[in-house]
Amino acid sequence: MSSAAYTKSRKMGWQLHLMLLPGVLLIFIFSYIPIAGIVIAFKDFYPGLGIWRSPWVGLDNFRYMFMLPDTGQILWNTLRIAILKMICNFPVPIIVALMLNEVRAAGFKRAVQTIVYLPYFISWVILAGIIIDLFARDGIINQFLGLFGCEPIFFLGDNRYFTGMLVLTDVWKNFGYGTVVYLAAITGVDSALYESAIIDGANRWKQTLHITLPSIAPIIMLLMILNMGNVLNAGFDQIFNLYSPLVYESADIIDTFVYRISMVEANYSLGTAVGLLKSVVTFILITTSYALANKYSDYTVF
Amino acid sequence: MKKVSISYRIFSAINALLLAGLALICVFPILHILAISLSGQAAAAANEVVLWPVDFTFASYASVVKRSAYWTAFGVSIKRVVLGVTVNTVLTALMAYPLSKYPGEFKARRYYVWFLMFAMIFNGGLVPTYMLIKDLHLLNSIWALVLPGAVPIYNVILTMNFIRQLPREIEEAAFIDGASYFQCFLKMILPLSKPVLATIILFSFLGHWNAWFDGMIYMENSANYPLQTYMYNIIANRDITNSTEAIENALTNIKTLKSAQLFLTMLPILAIYPFLQKYFTKGITVGAVKG
Repeated sequence: MSSAAYTKSRKMGWQLHLMLLPGVLLIFIFSYIPIAGIVIAFKDFYPGLGIWRSPWVGLDNFRYMFMLPDTGQILWNTLRIAILKMICNFPVPIIVALMLNEVRAAGFKRAVQTIVYLPYFISWVILAGIIIDLFARDGIINQFLGLFGCEPIFFLGDNRYFTGMLVLTDVWKNFGYGTVVYLAAITGVDSALYESAIIDGANRWKQTLHITLPSIAPIIMLLMILNMGNVLNAGFDQIFNLYSPLVYESADIIDTFVYRISMVEANYSLGTAVGLLKSVVTFILITTSYALANKYSDYTVF
Repeated sequence: MKKVSISYRIFSAINALLLAGLALICVFPILHILAISLSGQAAAAANEVVLWPVDFTFASYASVVKRSAYWTAFGVSIKRVVLGVTVNTVLTALMAYPLSKYPGEFKARRYYVWFLMFAMIFNGGLVPTYMLIKDLHLLNSIWALVLPGAVPIYNVILTMNFIRQLPREIEEAAFIDGASYFQCFLKMILPLSKPVLATIILFSFLGHWNAWFDGMIYMENSANYPLQTYMYNIIANRDITNSTEAIENALTNIKTLKSAQLFLTMLPILAIYPFLQKYFTKGITVGAVKG
């Protein structure tokens, strides 16, 4: 910046602070004050007494949490579902993007691209309404399987199938989004690379293997690293809309558990304690993933 | 272009077929719901409808039109979208501009960045947030659906990155001519930022239209439910756990009605889909790929 403009701008610094003020105030109220409310986790909270007058109990809520018989199962469910989703969500969009990249008919390519990420924009409430219907015991899917002589399967009420259903419907909802990201990355690959490969006699498959994939590898890496923070996010919206007591054994995750003990059973202190542990672990994971992304991809959040 | 080999042609055909199948799987549930909503009750209850209506009728839409609870919820959703998108967009733009300044020009920038970063990756959790909303007497108020997410930090980052790509010379020239930051922001930065503003408006519309959980916990009176929360209750009532014959029979005969409501709830999103398509692609690629 020229020095005249620079001196000029120095005197107006207060304007920048003023523009930030409304947002900062709202973030302070709705994000930072609740953080102070975490003290509920170390108290025996009675709504009648309020947060500050409720008695301190130290780590009792945490001790109680580890004594609950369900805790191990819930932790295992959370990790199992989250990691299975990560594993399945990772290759599908890359493969679909590579497949789309081979399509020469621009209209068909655009049509497919448009359609596959439609489910991404629809809420789990609505999608669950549809999925529950499709996979009901007398639903379309079971009718179709019936043609091959299968007995009706209660997909959403059977612990053997529920995890699979979660992973399947999650991939279905989200792969279109990833496809668009990867397709944009593929479009950005220098076409001169392909031209020289063709001169060297590389066919389409070789080009994909030796040019396209290595070119988008940094983005694949980056997205994978940034995904690390989701290890404890098994997908509250999806599970809450699809599960039922029949499948709690395989589907109850930290977030659904926190919701039920806090909002249904009104055990606010325990709910806060469980939520706090999750927040702390997630915080560490995200910070680590940002540090890694910064180191390997020069990624900066701000 | 040189001659295409036979094997590549076969590959292309299979590839196209697979992609068409994939597209069908993605659009099938939506077409299925539309077909059911336009079918006769008996055919729908007997699961005879796949992709084409059986006993075509608008009857279910006619009865949804008369359902005042549905339209009350629809109204709440419209209200939250209008308020929410306005608040989100104004605050996002106001924060993105100062943050787009480099530390040399705006020294305090890094303190604000830390403040936002921490809020982005750590939160008080369900109960403390609920207690705050309650203590502020916001339960049952539309503002409980608008204010807690008033600043979408991800959108701030997106907008900030866009502003940083604008040529800086125009602003310098304006400063020399005596313009203030306010004037630069209003007269130059905002008009130039239309593409990114369109993106964040769509993001925020989508977020508000699809949100259901806040409505469920902050609204005690079902008359205050936004549409998605109302729909959650309709769907959850068909409790798959207690699917005894009686309950199943009582509820399957309104399957057409439920489908009509599901479809109408999706409709606003389908209506803005062409715009979403255009701006979202840009938005997510900027957000995901930026270095």
